[in-house]
Amino acid sequence: MEKERWNERIQKWEEKTETLLAKSPERKNPFTTLSGIEVKRLYTKEDRAREDEELPGEFPYTRGIRPTMYRSRLWTMRQYAGFGTAEETNQRFHYLLKQGQTGLSVAFDLPTQIGYDSDDPMATGEVGKVGVAIDSLQDMEALFAGIPLDKVSTSMTINAPAAILLAMYIAVGEKQGVKPHQLRGTIQNDILKEYVARGTYIFPPKPSMRLITDIFAYCAKEVPKWNTISISGYHIREAGSTAVQEVAFTLANGIAYVEAALKAGLEVDQFAPRLSFFFNAHNHFFEEIAKFRAARRLWAKIMRERFHASNERSLQLRFHTQTGGSTLTAQQPDNNIVRVTLQALAAVLGGTQSLHTNSRDEALALPTEESARIALRTQQIIAYESGVADTVDPLGGSYFIEALTDQIEQAALEYIEKIDAMGGAVQAIEQGFMQGEIRRTALDTQRKIESGEEVVVGVNRFRLEQEEQPGLMRVDPQIATQQIEKLKRVRSQRDAGKVKACLDRLKQAAQTSENLMPRILEAVKAYATVGEICHTLRGVFGEYQSV
Amino acid sequence: MNRPIRVLVAKPGLDGHDRGALIIAQALRDEGMEVIYTGLRQSPAQIVATAIQEDVDVIGLSCLSGAHNELFPEVVRLLREQGAEDIIVVGGGVIPQADIPFLKEQGIAEIFTSGTTTKETADFIRQAVLDREGMKNG
Repeated sequence: MEKERWNERIQKWEEKTETLLAKSPERKNPFTTLSGIEVKRLYTKEDRAREDEELPGEFPYTRGIRPTMYRSRLWTMRQYAGFGTAEETNQRFHYLLKQGQTGLSVAFDLPTQIGYDSDDPMATGEVGKVGVAIDSLQDMEALFAGIPLDKVSTSMTINAPAAILLAMYIAVGEKQGVKPHQLRGTIQNDILKEYVARGTYIFPPKPSMRLITDIFAYCAKEVPKWNTISISGYHIREAGSTAVQEVAFTLANGIAYVEAALKAGLEVDQFAPRLSFFFNAHNHFFEEIAKFRAARRLWAKIMRERFHASNERSLQLRFHTQTGGSTLTAQQPDNNIVRVTLQALAAVLGGTQSLHTNSRDEALALPTEESARIALRTQQIIAYESGVADTVDPLGGSYFIEALTDQIEQAALEYIEKIDAMGGAVQAIEQGFMQGEIRRTALDTQRKIESGEEVVVGVNRFRLEQEEQPGLMRVDPQIATQQIEKLKRVRSQRDAGKVKACLDRLKQAAQTSENLMPRILEAVKAYATVGEICHTLRGVFGEYQSV
Repeated sequence: MNRPIRVLVAKPGLDGHDRGALIIAQALRDEGMEVIYTGLRQSPAQIVATAIQEDVDVIGLSCLSGAHNELFPEVVRLLREQGAEDIIVVGGGVIPQADIPFLKEQGIAEIFTSGTTTKETADFIRQAVLDREGMKNG
């Protein structure tokens, strides 16, 4: 009876609306999200595909992984930072902690990320540019000088050489009197998305996956509070994917890591609680919120149904978020503060565990100290002034958000099934499937921006005739020289025989299936460099050739 | 010139951001040019060798890591050293305005920064090749 009345009302409403539309049509037809999901004029209770009521802290965790979410503890404010030498970055870390940041996040330079020492010809022009240069344990000691590692959690954006940088962190902890089991933090350690979207791979997939599962196994015993991987959709999105592709490819990669670990003989509940994720917060506000909710639900189901995980923590998708770097404009850079605010708000409404807010000037250079502070203040204003953190999943039950959550889950699942049919993520990547999908979307977005169909304020609409660029942060070109001198000093002061012995043992271990972490730790403590260790492993594993 | 313009799109250094390079490569193809993309992690020497071997008219360098001041001029220097200075070099990426005069002084014909349309880039390349042919024949 009630249903009939409702249908009648809706029908009348639609008729009335149609007559209005005849006079003045809507701005677009159809409206779509960035993933191409059609956005309807109106959402009602009829749009919910699911009938069951969900609660936060309960499977499948759509509404959040904790029953109280930010009412108990706010998300970790974790600004990605690093440039020049370890000493300079250490100063920025102290500054950020003093400004109320609650976790550290290290940006390494490209030579470190790709396993070259600062004096390698391949490192020319790149030393200290996009992050801090780390050659040996000595640099790592300088990076964390005066920062007690039992008091902070540290995220390190490091992938191919993740085992080496984690070993250095453990070694610095030991020097400070901090035991490995007290260390908290994350290594990105997600090689699959490097092949797909980010480009800092070194070794081919097979030995790379072995290094990753070695880390899982080692940390489960020795560094139990460490997040051993941060399975990243962020860079997939930055490379041009849609929100749906971001969720699908990230979770498909996640499945590949779980399968690799199972194949290496680990129990699912032994390593799965330490898997973490990293997503982008992009422009379509509601689609982004729905994306985070859909990813949580989908992962919980995958872990329970496909991998039979029983530990609750194995089912809970915990994630870091960064606002979308590729949405920042070089034009009228202060507008970026507003973009970042909206994106950060979407991340918080989506239930993120930690957040990096981009600085306004990052389409031009690394951020100045002032820009980095405004970015942090943006999070603090959302956390302490807006009131959005005071109830759990405030948008849960919104007809639109719930419908979008269902649609993204469904569309991502279809992609995952397609990837499964190809033999899994590794095969899909080797065939260039994910790369091709992303490229197509990126090209499509570019065309929409150039045709004006997609508006970018200050770029293709609302431009200024004259623009003046703000003062930018510059990395001193002398840094490479300084860093190379430091490296030479380390090489001349260390016990060369011990380094060689460690590297020889590492090489032998790499040829067997022995866990490499203890060997890497030993080499790092003898002040073997990132370049030397990677070179040793290159000798055994070979190098990846991009498709 | 009775053949399509040939362009080498190249990623010098260690930067892995190739979204822009891939988009520009496709867009120039759509504009009727023949485009070769080097892939990631090319040294200036490798880029110059490929450019000469492939007999390109233009090299488009893409760098978002801040290493442009070191890497772009090195490409021009090696081209001159190998007598291939008629190859036009353009660049793009995350490049502060303040660096552009230096790069142009070093022989980079144009720098395309964020917000440039692919059409603007293609038009510039066509004109630059036309001007160069004019100089050769005139």
